[in-house]
Amino acid sequence: MFETLDNFWSVYSNLVLTLGTNTLLALSIYLTLSCGMLAMANAAFMGLGAYAAALLTLNYNAPFGLALVAGMLLPALVALVIGKPTLRLSGVYLAMATLAFGEVVRIFVLNTESLTGGALGLNGIPQSTQWWHVLLSVAVSCFVLARMRRARVGRAFEAIKEDETAANLMGVDANSYKLLAFVLGAALAGLAGALNAHLTFFIGPNEYGFDRGVEILTMTILGGINNLVGPVLGALLITLLPELLRGLKDYRLAANGLILVLIVLFLPRGIWDPARIRRFFSRWVRAKAP
Amino acid sequence: MLEQQLFNALSLGCVYALFALGFTLVFGVLGVVNLSHGSVFMVGAYAALEAITQLQLPLWAAIGVACVASGLVGLLIDVLVLRTLRQRNVPHLIPMIATIGLGITINSLTQGVFGAENQRFPAGLLPQDPLQIFGLHVTELELGIILLSFVLMTLLLLALKKTQLGRALRAIAESPKAARLLGINVEGLFMLTSFAAAALGGLAGVLIGLYSNALFPLMGQPVMHKGIAVIILGGMGDIRGAMLAGLFLGFAEVLSVAYIGSTMRDAVAFGLLFAVLLIRPKGLFGSVKERKV
Repeated sequence: MFETLDNFWSVYSNLVLTLGTNTLLALSIYLTLSCGMLAMANAAFMGLGAYAAALLTLNYNAPFGLALVAGMLLPALVALVIGKPTLRLSGVYLAMATLAFGEVVRIFVLNTESLTGGALGLNGIPQSTQWWHVLLSVAVSCFVLARMRRARVGRAFEAIKEDETAANLMGVDANSYKLLAFVLGAALAGLAGALNAHLTFFIGPNEYGFDRGVEILTMTILGGINNLVGPVLGALLITLLPELLRGLKDYRLAANGLILVLIVLFLPRGIWDPARIRRFFSRWVRAKAP
Repeated sequence: MLEQQLFNALSLGCVYALFALGFTLVFGVLGVVNLSHGSVFMVGAYAALEAITQLQLPLWAAIGVACVASGLVGLLIDVLVLRTLRQRNVPHLIPMIATIGLGITINSLTQGVFGAENQRFPAGLLPQDPLQIFGLHVTELELGIILLSFVLMTLLLLALKKTQLGRALRAIAESPKAARLLGINVEGLFMLTSFAAAALGGLAGVLIGLYSNALFPLMGQPVMHKGIAVIILGGMGDIRGAMLAGLFLGFAEVLSVAYIGSTMRDAVAFGLLFAVLLIRPKGLFGSVKERKV
C-alpha cells in the first residue's frame, strides 16, 4: 500500500505540486476578474516573485520563508506602483496595458544579465518547496478568499464587477477596491512563482511571457469565476490535460487552444456554474417525477 | 549614416503599419481585438512558401495564394466563432479571449504539420544586390514594402470615405443595430471585413517573411505584440492612425538602437505603449470614440 503510494509520489510529485502552484495562479487572476478587470500581468508578477525569491536564496542564502515573503512583497509593491495609473483604464485597454507591462518586465529581465542571468535564466535553485508548503499556501489562500467573498470586500468586488458606476454611487470606493484586488492578485501570483522556482531548479524569463499569461487566464475562464471552485477546478483540468493528451504530442497546445474556444462558445460562464447545474438537476428531477 | 538609419526606420515602420492595417480594420468594424491576427499572418507566409516550393508558382502568384489562404482562415474564424459570439451578445472581452485560443490552435497545428524549425524562401527569389539611391542602400523588397503599405492605406482610406461600401462599414462601426435597421447587410459586411483584414495580414506575412527571411510557426507572436502597440498608439480602429503609429514605432526603434543600444529595442514598443495608455488612453493620433457595450 505504502509502496505504491511512494511510487506514485516519486513519479507524480512534480505534477501534483505544479497543480498547487497553478491553483494559486488561477486564484490570482480570479481576484482581478471577480472585480471586473481583465488584467494580463499575472505571468509577469509570477516571474517577479520567482526571481525575487530565487535571487534571495541563491545570493544571500536566505531562509525559505523569507524568500517566499519577498516573492510576494516585490510583485505586490510593483502592482501598487503601476496599479494607480493603470487601473484607470478599462476593458481592452487595461488588458493591453497589462500585457505591455508584462513584456517590459520580460525584456528587462532578459537585459539585466549581471543580476538575473538574462536569457540563460537562473540555474541550480535549491528544491526547498515541500508538499506541505504548497498545500498550506493553497488552503490558506482558499480560506482567506472564501471569507473575503462573504465580507464587505467581496460584496464590493461583486458590485464593481456588475456595474462600476452604480457601485460608486452606492458609496463603494471602486478605485481603492480595484487596486486592492490587483495588489492581492500580484502577491498571490508572486507566491506561486516563488514556490514554483524552488520546485523546478531552473527559471528563465521566457517562462513568464504571453503564453503563461494566457494559460493562467484559460484556467480561470475554463473553471468560471462564479465562485472559488471554478478556478481550482480549471487549474486542475489544465494541469492534467497535457498528461491526458500525451498521445497528441505536437498537437497538445492545439487542443488547449481549442478547449478555450469551445468553453467561450458553449460555457461562457465556465464549467462550474452553480445556476446551470441547479437548472440541469431540477429539470432532471422533474423529468423523473410522474 | 543618419540617412540610412532613417530609411531603415521607414521600411521597418511600413512593415509594422502593413500588419496593423488589417488588425485595426477588424477592431474598427467588428469591435473585436482579434488576437489571432498574428497566426493569420503566419498562415499567409507559409502559404506563399508552399506555393513557391511545392507548386513552383512565381512570387506574385504566391502572394495571391497567401492572401486567399489567410483570407479564408479569417473568414472561417468569423463564421465559426465570432458570429456565434455576436449572436449570444456576450461581454466585449469574450471574443478577444476566443481569438487567443484560435491563435494558439492555428500556431500549434502549423507547428505539427511543418515543424518548429525555421524555414526560408528559396534564394534568388528577389534580386539581392541593393540599389544605390542618393547614396542609400535600398533593396527592391524595401521599396516594395514602402510603396505597398502607402498604396494600401490610401486605397483603404478612399474605400472607407468615398464608396457606398465604406459608408456602410462606417455605419456598422457606429452601431451595428442601427445599420441593420437601415437595410445594410451587416453579417455580409462582417464577413467581408474579416476576409479582407485577414488577407491584408497574409500579405504582410509574406512581405515580412521575405524581409526577415525566417518563417516559423510563432513568427506572428512578436509582430502581433508590436501590432497591438501600433493600433493602440494610433487609436483603435483608425486606419491613418495605424499607419502613422507604425512609422512612429519604426523610427523610435531604429533610433533607440542607434543611440541607446540594441538590447532595449523591444522594450521601446511596450514602454511607449504603456506610457501612451497612461497619458492618452485614446492613442496618440486617435480621436475614436470608445465603443460602448
